[in-house]
Amino acid sequence: MSRIGNIPSTSEITPETVYLRRREFIKSSLLFAATSSGVGSTLLWLMRGLRAKDQEKGADTVTPDDQSGLTVAQHFDYASGEKNTSYNAVTNYNNFYEFGTDKSDPAANAGSLRPHPWQLTIEGEVARPQIFDIDQLIKSFPLEERVYRMRCVEAWSMVIPWVGFPLRDLLTRVEPTSRAKYVAFKSLLDPKQMPGQRTDLLQWPYVEGLRIDEALHPLTIMAVGLYGKRLPNQDGAPIRLVVPWKYGFKGIKSIVNIRLTEEQPPTSWNIAAPDEYGFYANVNPAVDHPRWSQATERRIGEYHRRPTLPFNGYADQVAGLYAGMDLRRFF
Amino acid sequence: MAVLGRKSPIPWLKPAVLTGSLVPIAAILERAWRDDLGPDPIAQALNQLGLIALVFLIAALGCTPLKAMFGWTWPMRIRRMLGLLAFFYALLHVITYTVLDQGLDWHAIVDDIVKRKFIFFGFSTFVLLIPLAATSTNAALRRLGYVRWKQLHRLAYLAPALAVLHFIWRVKLDVREPVAYGLVLAALLSVRLVDYLHDRKAMLMRQI
Repeated sequence: MSRIGNIPSTSEITPETVYLRRREFIKSSLLFAATSSGVGSTLLWLMRGLRAKDQEKGADTVTPDDQSGLTVAQHFDYASGEKNTSYNAVTNYNNFYEFGTDKSDPAANAGSLRPHPWQLTIEGEVARPQIFDIDQLIKSFPLEERVYRMRCVEAWSMVIPWVGFPLRDLLTRVEPTSRAKYVAFKSLLDPKQMPGQRTDLLQWPYVEGLRIDEALHPLTIMAVGLYGKRLPNQDGAPIRLVVPWKYGFKGIKSIVNIRLTEEQPPTSWNIAAPDEYGFYANVNPAVDHPRWSQATERRIGEYHRRPTLPFNGYADQVAGLYAGMDLRRFF
Repeated sequence: MAVLGRKSPIPWLKPAVLTGSLVPIAAILERAWRDDLGPDPIAQALNQLGLIALVFLIAALGCTPLKAMFGWTWPMRIRRMLGLLAFFYALLHVITYTVLDQGLDWHAIVDDIVKRKFIFFGFSTFVLLIPLAATSTNAALRRLGYVRWKQLHRLAYLAPALAVLHFIWRVKLDVREPVAYGLVLAALLSVRLVDYLHDRKAMLMRQI
């Protein structure tokens, strides 16, 4: 008998190798869990890239303060009855570099924009320069709903029911002089409201321009709403340009200044990459972007690509504006 | 190095890295299932698969520098797997482009590859990876002989460089993200270059 007593029989003692193996097993399991979740979460983090937020459908979507509907006098369908792109997509998939370069950034970041009160100045080659208050402006013109195709230069497209009024009605009111050959537009410049302006990816403020005959074309509108409501910030509140036969970047957002000029005005994307983005930027399946094809597009919400139409399907109405012009040269 | 026939001292490493590496494809499939890949889900899946392929190409290239700089040997144990994961994600990226994005319109696809340098460089990256994946087995190494196998696998330096160019040229304006990957790649390649020059110098010294 041992004096210590109660010694377990040898058969009950865990062999040292098994004991060590058990410890080893637990250790390995923990290391496995830590390593696999570390690798997995690193990869998920890299997948997010520079985006402001991960995709969470509809979350944090900026909605206009004023949710009341706009009074729309007339409805026009200029998209041949094609199905409207969902409100969710129209308000969560935007190129608006003032709020970030990912298409989900504007919906996440545009809450800092204060679209009300807002003033729009119209000046330059006009007989009656004016400063309009946005509310006054919206009341001054009968609003129309215009359903237009919107073709982005990145080869995707939407169908959007805009609410607005023809730009020509606004220009008529300020009486362009005979020297007014072009119309120059300017967006708000305020890095506090537009955090993307703290980067110098584009020159700020965003500027765009049209030839006077393009600006006076009845299809060219100033939009103040979509889907019957005021424009959400990420779509260019409170007022933006819509030129349906041109690539989307011509549709300058959150406009504060319109100047009629004798000379062709500079335009933001043309300044940034002159060989890729021209002044005209008419939708043209025959003229490729230097780095990608413009022959087809994906309608957001659809699976198959569809052919891109010359002038985005508005050739009957607008091709005459460019008669005799070499559209490869004036892209 | 592990002695032949003995068990790996870190048996959990490969399964753990593999499990974590399959998280991106699981996440993409899960989001696709919930219709949560955003308004343009095909573009989203395409971009993310391509990005992960590039991450693995760079990670595979990082193994030797890690060994050179810190004396770690564990990265070498997973290098082949990282390379194969790069090929796996590149293959999914190419399938997404040809099948989902282009709808197997071969005319448009060939046109893209021939005319657009960004697609040409992406396509070239994928083509380079095919022989590397095909000769990734021990049997292939024996068949080719180490010297020729090593020569062939030098393509692993070229592939991520082409992939970074593919990424840079695809981006409309904001090149910060692709340039960041380019810088990481450049750093890894320069470690390799310094290493190579050092080895060569040592060899020359011995010859004298």
